[in-house]
Amino acid sequence: MGAVMGTFSSLQTKQRRPSKDKIEDELEMTMVCHRPEGLEQLEAQTNFTKRELQVLYRGFKNECPSGVVNEETFKQIYAQFFPHGDASMYAHYLFHAFDTTQTGSVKFEDFVTALSILLRGTVHEKLRWTFNLYDINKDGYINKEEMMDIVKAIYDMMGKYTYPVLKEDTPRQHVDVFFQKMDKNKDGIVTLDEFLESCQEDDNIMRSLQLFQNVM
Amino acid sequence: MAAGVAAWLPFARAAAIGWMPVANCPMPLAPADKSKRQDELIVLNVSGRRFQTWRTTLERYPDTLLGSTEKEFFFNEDTKEYFFDRDPEVFRCVLNFYRTGKLHYPRYECISAYDDELAFYGILPEIIGDCCYEEYKDRKRENAERLMDDNDSENNQESMPSLSFRQTMWRAFENPHTSTLALVFYYVTGFFIAVSVITNVVETVPCGTVPGSKELPCGERYSVAFFCLDTACVMIFTVEYLLRLFAAPSRYRFIRSVMSIIDVVAIMPYYIGLVMTNNEDVSGAFVTLRVFRVFRIFKFSRHSQGLRILGYTLKSCASELGFLLFSLTMAIIIFATVMFYAEKGSSASKFTSIPASFWYTIVTMTTLGYGDMVPKTIAGKIFGSICSLSGVLVIALPVPVIVSNFSRIYHQNQRADKRRAQKKARLARIRVAKTGSSNAYLHSKRNGLLTEALELMGTPEEEHMGKTTSLIESQHHHLLHCLEKTTNHEFIDEQMFEQNCMESSMQNYPSTRSPSLSSHPGLTTTCCSRRSKKTTHLPNSNLPATRLRSMQELSTIHIQGSEQPSLTTRPLPTTSNESQGIQGKTKVKCHK
Repeated sequence: MGAVMGTFSSLQTKQRRPSKDKIEDELEMTMVCHRPEGLEQLEAQTNFTKRELQVLYRGFKNECPSGVVNEETFKQIYAQFFPHGDASMYAHYLFHAFDTTQTGSVKFEDFVTALSILLRGTVHEKLRWTFNLYDINKDGYINKEEMMDIVKAIYDMMGKYTYPVLKEDTPRQHVDVFFQKMDKNKDGIVTLDEFLESCQEDDNIMRSLQLFQNVM
Repeated sequence: MAAGVAAWLPFARAAAIGWMPVANCPMPLAPADKSKRQDELIVLNVSGRRFQTWRTTLERYPDTLLGSTEKEFFFNEDTKEYFFDRDPEVFRCVLNFYRTGKLHYPRYECISAYDDELAFYGILPEIIGDCCYEEYKDRKRENAERLMDDNDSENNQESMPSLSFRQTMWRAFENPHTSTLALVFYYVTGFFIAVSVITNVVETVPCGTVPGSKELPCGERYSVAFFCLDTACVMIFTVEYLLRLFAAPSRYRFIRSVMSIIDVVAIMPYYIGLVMTNNEDVSGAFVTLRVFRVFRIFKFSRHSQGLRILGYTLKSCASELGFLLFSLTMAIIIFATVMFYAEKGSSASKFTSIPASFWYTIVTMTTLGYGDMVPKTIAGKIFGSICSLSGVLVIALPVPVIVSNFSRIYHQNQRADKRRAQKKARLARIRVAKTGSSNAYLHSKRNGLLTEALELMGTPEEEHMGKTTSLIESQHHHLLHCLEKTTNHEFIDEQMFEQNCMESSMQNYPSTRSPSLSSHPGLTTTCCSRRSKKTTHLPNSNLPATRLRSMQELSTIHIQGSEQPSLTTRPLPTTSNESQGIQGKTKVKCHK
């Protein structure tokens, strides 16, 4: 009688063990560290000074001790700046814009390169980066659906409690206004050249691009 | 704003470039970094032990002592360091909180000393990380209970005159030590329970023979005496039950409770016996009912804490006991079947059926061995010995497990309930802190408007108005302001949102309204125009007065910190477009 019980219980534990091993394997994978290239190299590649790179790396390493950011952490960090609404979709598009090699993780070098373009790059570079952000499927064109997704993600960050109350078709109206301005030949898609041309014509956009010049 | 990610603010601001082409209106100016100082190391001297850290590390949590300007009060000019006359051991934990974002509670530390230090540095204990939170809460609860017990024994003699008669009675029933009358009642009922149980027992003892007849139990010999005793006990129990029913704060819950069911079961047989006549047919059933009188002994559980705990632990161990019973039943059925078929062959065997073999199996497995049923065949003896050997294992093994389960499950149950109750309160407090951060932006907006309004009125003190926010805070607020500009909508807090919703639904009723309602910022555009539409019917002299009044009301609300910034263009609801002329003028003033 007892022997029967004993065999039953041992069978059970045998089944449970493999899954525990898998969890330990996963833990080990996340512990793998990545160290960035040297400070001099990064200074040469980007437009930041050594001191600025130090400050950036300290903040980076604090949040991601393993040296790489994955999408989850990225979303969490970005969400903390926008406690009112839901920043996860916009963070998702941002992550894919930062992750140029589409590996699923952003290393410090990628991070600093992108920041260098955004904060210290030329107007042309900034606009090109923004075009890349809007072009979700990276096919070289922005169509209305992609723009709708981006604008919806921006509006999601506002949250529910806004004045005036957010209506259902406000994002769509916003997208229509955008397309009217950007789409020169009215073919329903915006190419990089149309985008660059329209932005350079608009004073507001030009002025706002210079806004974050002295962020560091 | 979450402080740990302050270092990522440049990234968030850079990412805002993605909004720029989408936005239709110009962006606000960025706050200038007035003090372009590099990040510096500051020295914190705590009772002689020096700690060093970056200034930005401390500024992560601006609503604590070290993160705000409050630490300037502790700055020592001579040594150029911040001196705190506090415990350096606890300070180590506090500083680690700034560095890592997690607050730990060291086990060797006294709980009240730790609490005092946290209060000094302005840190909420709820932020303690999950790894240490349970320990912290347990120690805190122990401490509180200890202090409370001391307090209780001091305050025992105080009377509370504010309770009603019914509440006093209920308190007396539940806790007999509150008054002398309660104590007397407690002992009287206890005595009568004992008397009742003893009479039940003695009733059946043979009491010596009446000459000329067979031996009688005492109950039948002295039936009148026993009947009187029984009546007295039942009367006392009935009175007690009715009094408890009267005093109970929730009668429905009281009736459903276990103790009241026991009370009812204890006194019912007597009344049923009174009602029924001495009919021969039902006397059998009546005798069975008398068995229920033994349940009176359970009434002792009100008097004994131990019985209550035992009952509770049995209840909480029900699953373990159930499993034990199930496995025993399995074993019994198996062995009984085996023994029956093994003994089937032998003649005059007592194992007449499988259920009959159950008795043998149970007696053998529990190692009782009465000997009224023994196997005679060889196979039967072999299986019988296997049965008794495995019986030892099956019975003996689970018993210590259950005993240890008792204490473990009992304590675990209590701890799980505690944790559940704490979790809700803890999450609520953390949520409040989070809304505090999102409210910080709305606050600063209001303060910004205040300074603008004062500028309009030409007061020179606008620089001193409002709290001085750190550079990080102002940059974060600038970022949120850019988002508002991009989407052409504003952040407001929950109450304003609900008010707006309510009033926009009331918009459809153009009945007479008070001026305060119409001048609410949420509704100015539409209802002001409607109001002015009505006033056109009045003589002209009144019209400027009403307009002036509404303007004054608007400006007072502006000063009190309304949500309307004075410089934005907002999309207007279309109903106000219908007004022209005079109404057009009021419309312009309305959305100022």
